[in-house]
This record gives sequence, C-alpha cells and structure tokens, in this order.
Amino acid sequence: MTTLSATALPAGPYAGALGANATHTKEHAMETRKEPAKASAPSDTTQQAAAMRAFFAKVLPPILGLALLIGLWHLATAKGGSIPTPAQTWEAAAKLFADPFYRNGPNDQGIGWNILSSLQRVAIGFGFAALVGIPAGFLLGRFALLSSIVNPIISLLRPVSPLAWLPIGLLVFKRADPAATWTIFICSIWPMIMNTAQGVQRVPQDYLNVARVLNLSEWKIVTKILFPSVLPYMLTGIRLSIGTAWLVIVAAEMLTGGVGIGFWVWDEWNNLKVEHIIIAIFIIGIVGLILEQLLVFLAKQLRTEA
Amino acid sequence: MEKFVSIENVGMTFDTKKGKFVALRDVNLGIRQGEFVSLIGHSGCGKSTLLNLIAGLTLPTTGAMICAGREIPGPGPERAVVFQNHSLLPWLTCFENVYLAVERVFSETETRVQLKARTQSVLELVGLAHAMHKYPGEISGGMKQRVGIARALAMEPKVLLMDEPFGALDALTRARLQDELMAICEKTQATTVMVTHDVDEAVLLSDRIVMMTNGPAATIGEVLEVKLPRPRDRLSLTQNADYMAYRSAVIEFLYTKQSHPLAA
Ligand SMILES: Nc1ncnc2c1ncn2[C@@H]1O[C@H](COP(=O)(O)OP(=O)(O)OP(=O)(O)O)[C@@H](O)[C@H]1O
Ligand SMILES: [Mg+2]
Repeated sequence: MTTLSATALPAGPYAGALGANATHTKEHAMETRKEPAKASAPSDTTQQAAAMRAFFAKVLPPILGLALLIGLWHLATAKGGSIPTPAQTWEAAAKLFADPFYRNGPNDQGIGWNILSSLQRVAIGFGFAALVGIPAGFLLGRFALLSSIVNPIISLLRPVSPLAWLPIGLLVFKRADPAATWTIFICSIWPMIMNTAQGVQRVPQDYLNVARVLNLSEWKIVTKILFPSVLPYMLTGIRLSIGTAWLVIVAAEMLTGGVGIGFWVWDEWNNLKVEHIIIAIFIIGIVGLILEQLLVFLAKQLRTEA
Repeated sequence: MEKFVSIENVGMTFDTKKGKFVALRDVNLGIRQGEFVSLIGHSGCGKSTLLNLIAGLTLPTTGAMICAGREIPGPGPERAVVFQNHSLLPWLTCFENVYLAVERVFSETETRVQLKARTQSVLELVGLAHAMHKYPGEISGGMKQRVGIARALAMEPKVLLMDEPFGALDALTRARLQDELMAICEKTQATTVMVTHDVDEAVLLSDRIVMMTNGPAATIGEVLEVKLPRPRDRLSLTQNADYMAYRSAVIEFLYTKQSHPLAA
C-alpha cells in the first residue's frame, strides 16, 4: 500500500496509515487486469455436443408444454361434443390460411385482412397515445406542481375499462372505426404517461447535478440527460401499452363490427364455426407474443451501460 | 485580504427518515482569489457537503455562502465541480461529455472547430487522447475520473471545486496530474477547493489546509497555512524541513486529535 500512496516522497511514520485508508481501485490494476484465461479449449466434438444439449434444453420444454396442451385438448374433445378436436381445427386452419387475402364484400374478407386491420387500429391508436403520452409524462415527471394537479385525474380514470369509453368515441366520431381506435388510444396512454413520468423522476441525481453545474438549457437537459435515461422506462411503458392495446382491440371490435380479428371471432360465433374461434384464439396469442418480443428486442438494442 | 469566497456561520442539517441530522455547524472560512485550499478530514465528516454548498448544489440551513460579493444563488458554470463519483453521462463518449461543458461555456464566442479543439486539448492534457471516443462504461475508474477533471478544467471556471479528484488514480498518474494541476492553477489563477484524504497531496498543492473535526455536527478544527514557495517541486521538497513539519501537523491533527471515529 505504501508504494501506491500519493507521491514519491519518502514515507514518514504515518504514510502507510493513509494509504491503507484509501479504498480506491488503483487504475493500473484495472487497466491491465485481463479476463482469467478460459479453461483449456474443449475438443470440437464435445463442444458441439454441449451446444446441442444447450439447444435442446432450451427448445424441448416449450415443445413438451405445447404437446401436452394439444394432448389434453384431444382427450377432452375426442368423444365428440361442441368443441372441435385439434385435428379438425388444423384442417380448418389449413383451409383458412390457403387464401388469407380474399375479399367478398365488406363483411366477408380473408383472415389476413382481419389481422392487418386490427393491427392498423392498434398502431394508429397507440401512435397517438405515444405522441400525447410521452411528452405528457415528461412534463408530469419534471414539474411536481403539474403532477399533483393531474395525478388525481389519472388515478380516477386509469382503472376505468377502456370499453367504457367506446360510446363516447362513437358519439364524437360518429363512426365505428375511429371509435375502436379511440379506445386503443385511451388504454395505451396510461402506461405511457405513468412510466415516462416515473422514469423522469428517477433520473439519477448525479446527472441532474451535472446539468445544474453546467446550467444547461431545458432543451439540452431533455435531449442529453432526461431522454437517454428515461428511455428504458419509456420502452416499458410502450410494451405494457401494446400488450393492453392488443387485449382491448378484440373486445372493441366485437362491439363495433367491421373488419378485424375481434369482429371475425364474433362473426364466426354467429356462424357457429367453433374451430375458427379456436384458431382466432391462437392467432391473437401469437400476434401478441410477436409484438411483445419485438419490443423486448428493441429495448435490448437501446440499452446503454453506465 | 480580499475574500473571494466567504463562508459565514454556515450550518447544514439534513432531514432524514430518522429525523434531523446535523452534518455541519458554525463553519467560517474565507478564501482569497487564486488561493488553493484543501479540505481534509475523516470519511463522513462533511467534506463533500461543504463542497456542495460552495458549488450551490445545496443551500445551507443557516448562515450565508458568498462568492464574488454576492450570495451563492445556486450552481453555475463559473464554479465547476469534479464530482467524487465522476458523474459522467454513460450515453455520451468521453469527448461528448467534455464537449457538452465546453459548448455551454464558450459557444457564444467560439466556432465549432475551436470548441472541438478545446475539448481535444483538455483531454490530451489529462492523457486521454487515445480513449476520447470511448464510452464511460468502456474505461477504467481512474480514466473516468480524469474525464471528470478534464470536463471541469475545460470550463475555465473562476472557482474549481474538486471532490477527491485523484482518489482513483495510481501513484504515477496521480503525481503527473498533481503537477499539471499546480501549473494550471498558477496560469489561470483559479480559486480552488479540493477535498482529499491524502496528507502529502494536501501539503504539496495547498496554500491552506482546512482540517475538519469528525461528524456529526462537524466544523473546522484547524487551518494550516502552507508557506512553501511556488513553484513547488516535489523532489526538492523531500529534503525540506518545513514540508515535513507541515506534514506532521496534519497527521497529528487527524490521528491524535481526531482519531478515527468508530464506525457507527
Ligand atoms: N443528502 C443527505 N441526506 C442525509 N444525510 C446526508 C446527506 N448527505 C450527506 N449526509 C450525511 O452527512 C455526513 C457528511 O457526508 P459527506 O458526504 O459530506 O462526507 P465526506 O466527508 O465527504 O465523506 P467521504 O470522505 O467518505 O466522502 C455523513 O454522515 C452523511 O451521512
Ligand atoms: Mg465525500
């Protein structure tokens, strides 16, 4: 320790005491430290085997789970009844997906169109929610007074089912389609506002102190400090919003009709095509999963390490 | 003696979950323009708290903080801070971190090319030319500290406030930067307040060493005037009897009069 302490001066009787007091990492130690050498390289074949094992360990359990689900489903439905068997459903799905993009008038369109128009509504409603919610979240996080004015309103409105807003949408927009988009807007905006505001409030004080010492303009504070450190919170908000939006669109479309996966489910129920309803359940699940994974991927790409 | 920075009867009380915590009381200190003052004391006595008060990052509970004849209203670029934990923005490269400060201070009078040259030269000064475009997450603790120093120096502040700026550095880099700092202070005549744990560093660099008593309710215990002639040369000082006397005085204060408090 003594040799590492402050200066190259001769060490007095107490010099060691101070050196021992310092708990700091010494730079050279840090700069030259290397990763411990990897254990002796395993031969190619054992490495391959290990990779295979890792792959199966990851892929096998989910496949097993799915097989179990389908097996139970088969057992439950094989004796007949109103619910179709997995095989029947598969057959119907094959037929359905053979021509996903046909159009026979406004109320009879391919499954592809139905999915796409639901996604479009989600995208528009969600887009507007982001446009309004993210800046609103920044303002609420930054200005305590504003937040104490608006927070009670948000707390009151947030637990309301977005479907309760559907009639208001119908009233204002006079048409079903924008009304469904409106409900998506409503359900998406809360997580966006809440998470962004929380992110702004949690910006580390150290970074804000830098901004204060430099006396940065509000614009620089937002672009150089707030935005980058809030980004992960914002992405969480976006992920939650998309999740609920996708939940709500199905219900909203059941009520409004037109083209869309929710409406399609309702239509197939009226036609008593139960296998199509089961297919729809799978489609909704898979699309939701894909949306979620896309955002998780995006979040990973944007993460900066301190 | 014209006081540039004046700390008058300052007390600092924090509101904590367990009630009020008196960190500092009755602190009185005047600092001349161009003076180099070190704050030394045991861990947790309130050195950073006092430095933050001068920076304006916190306002005192009692008393007054005055700089250049006016009460310190808050932080500002004329009082640059080297933070104890370096506080670099992790999403900006070292260059960008320093540039942010340079741009803030000089953008009204200089072109972008000049601003960039300024940023580059200050990074070269702290020996980081090679790591300029790395992110803080990619460099060592000592290198981060040096970027923090560069950021503060680049602002050419009236008052330079440093919280253990050389804490995370190895002996050689530390000695080199101490010499650089002495030269810079000589040249710019910046008023400097530095927190340190290191007795040799304090004696080598300071005009005065302010020794603080142990907390809670810490205050200034003794002030030691270091009358070694400048420029100071670390090698010739090794033979200097005055130097050894100053050194012993500080050590005497820290280890006899304020022997280390038992961990609370
Ligand atoms: N924001 C705060 N709230 C409550 N207590 C605080 C706060 N900041 C500092 N303290 C307390 O004030 C005392 C002095 O802290 P300070 O950080 O100034 O010590 P220090 O002398 O800089 O120590 P070190 O050498 O370890 O950096 C400590 O007991 C600390 O717990
Ligand atoms: Mg400290």
